[in-house]
Amino acid sequence: MSHPSAIVEPPRPGNEADLWSGHNRYLAFYEGIVTVGLVLCALITILTTIGIILVLSAQTFEFFVKSKVGVLDFLLGTQLRPEASPPRFGILPLIWGTFVIAAGSSMIAVPIGLLSAIFMSEYAPRRLRSILKPMLELLAGIPTIVYGYLALLLVTPSLKALFEPIGIRVETFNVLSACIVVGVMIIPMVSSLSEDVLTAVPRGLREAAYGLGATKFEVSTRIVLPAALSGVVASFILAISRAVGETMAVVLAAGSRPQITLNPLTSAETMTAYIVSVTGGEASYGSPEYLSLFAVGLTLFAITMILNIFSGFVLRHFREVYQ
Amino acid sequence: MKSLLAESPRYHPHRRIRLLLGPLFAIACLLATLLGVIVLVLLLGSIIVAALRGVPDNPWYALGANLQEFLGLFRKYATRIRSSDPSMAGFKIGLAGSLWLLGLVALIGIPVGVGAAVFLEEYAPPGRWRTIIQTNIANLAGVPSIVYGILGLALFVRAFGIKALALGPCLLAGVLTLSLLILPVVVIATQEALRTVPISLRQAAIALGATRWQMVRGHVLPSALPGILTGTILGLSRAIGETAPLLMVGAAGSILDLPRGPLDRYTALPVEIYNYAKLPNRDFQVVSAGGILILLTLLLSMNAVAIVIRSRFRRYH
Repeated sequence: MSHPSAIVEPPRPGNEADLWSGHNRYLAFYEGIVTVGLVLCALITILTTIGIILVLSAQTFEFFVKSKVGVLDFLLGTQLRPEASPPRFGILPLIWGTFVIAAGSSMIAVPIGLLSAIFMSEYAPRRLRSILKPMLELLAGIPTIVYGYLALLLVTPSLKALFEPIGIRVETFNVLSACIVVGVMIIPMVSSLSEDVLTAVPRGLREAAYGLGATKFEVSTRIVLPAALSGVVASFILAISRAVGETMAVVLAAGSRPQITLNPLTSAETMTAYIVSVTGGEASYGSPEYLSLFAVGLTLFAITMILNIFSGFVLRHFREVYQ
Repeated sequence: MKSLLAESPRYHPHRRIRLLLGPLFAIACLLATLLGVIVLVLLLGSIIVAALRGVPDNPWYALGANLQEFLGLFRKYATRIRSSDPSMAGFKIGLAGSLWLLGLVALIGIPVGVGAAVFLEEYAPPGRWRTIIQTNIANLAGVPSIVYGILGLALFVRAFGIKALALGPCLLAGVLTLSLLILPVVVIATQEALRTVPISLRQAAIALGATRWQMVRGHVLPSALPGILTGTILGLSRAIGETAPLLMVGAAGSILDLPRGPLDRYTALPVEIYNYAKLPNRDFQVVSAGGILILLTLLLSMNAVAIVIRSRFRRYH
């Protein structure tokens, strides 16, 4: 029997007067109540998803009606000035900022996370692994606000000390420090997810390669890594999705000036930072600026959902199955 | 006898490069792994240094005096309220708010999560509906926390503009939002714990005439309890560190009174840290470092409890 739900309660004798038959009206009623309660708990998870989609799309619709902005102007407009008259709502600068920070941080997190996953699954002795793994978990559990604070306290001053002497101006809020802290933040995620799939590669594959005279390096990079490639790529995509949705570290590190620029030492604004700045600002309930928060939220939700679903797709369709 | 043939380069192509590449790669992997540890040490170290910057320096070897000063720091930040003067500022209101949130989320969010997991593992037959709920939970786990904040803002704080239902920016709105946020974490962890309980335990209970709920309550849940507790603590520590959704549902900075009930206005520790950290005055960085110290101490002690539970009560392995 594989699943607990396959266990069937035996039928009970129907004689209600007989206390020993195990049939009891109160018990049957109680059982029914509990089942209904548990079903409700499970339904709440479905209702949350429906609620998110409903809230975001309804308010986004209201935004487009009230502000009279076209969908294309909204997605591809390069000017974001909600307080100007007439207000401009082009969120391309936000999308740009989000993607620059996601790309920059994954450039840090992907190689380091992958190497440390290979180390933990192929090289580390069991004792060392049992120390390193909880440490990485600890690192993954640190709140993002702490990383944001670290950007202000440590990373930006270091960048200033590095670049200002050679005449390059570094702004207090800059994209590079956001990339660094977000990258460090998602390393544990990449490494623990990748390590799981690397460890799952069957031992026989490794031993066959060793038997043919391969070195440990060759086994790790040419046998184990290709065999687990779908899972590793899926973990990269999940990490990027996490970087896209990251809020507090980016708000504190990258600031809130919506602009499209390639210079990583100036400030930028991401979608999440815009949402926070609208809530913290003076926007009144029902105004186009307030409603734009939902439109940006829907865009963010759609992007992360697409990335997550794509990651699941990669995992399922490109998996090599070994027995 | 060694064969000369086996030594010939024909059977060892690129031998030197291969022998060199192996250790180099191993060292690169080791360094990458250690980077995580280094970051952890750097992070804690720099925050402690930043928090101590405000107090007069003792020499580093005066351990007793330093320790006393360090503990005094905690007391100072935990008992003072928000202030525009960095030397007087503290986190009393935020700390109280966070503890309120912690308790109420444990009361509201955790039972729902455990209930959903019990339904999926013990009641729901495998099939389309179960797959749908399961996929949905996996997807919810990947939704950015700020989106939950938006949901809470529209649903609980404003109730789509319906005045009678709107909670306003009160503690309860924050609790409900955080409960939804940690739901996937709790459900997934509880499901894993329930799966470790052997099927024979359930069969034995049913064979003795227990009803399904008697089986779950009397035997499955107690056996899975350590795993469930670990998952619960992980979920709660996620809730206590979240900032963005609380900013959305109205944990304001300028609260000077302790919350007295779930309908009072409130603020939370990470929100106060954020409010101090974004100020341009560098003296406030010392204050935020103090707040982060309190937050991390809280989180680390929760994690330590989880690790102890996990190693102490591991039953079926």
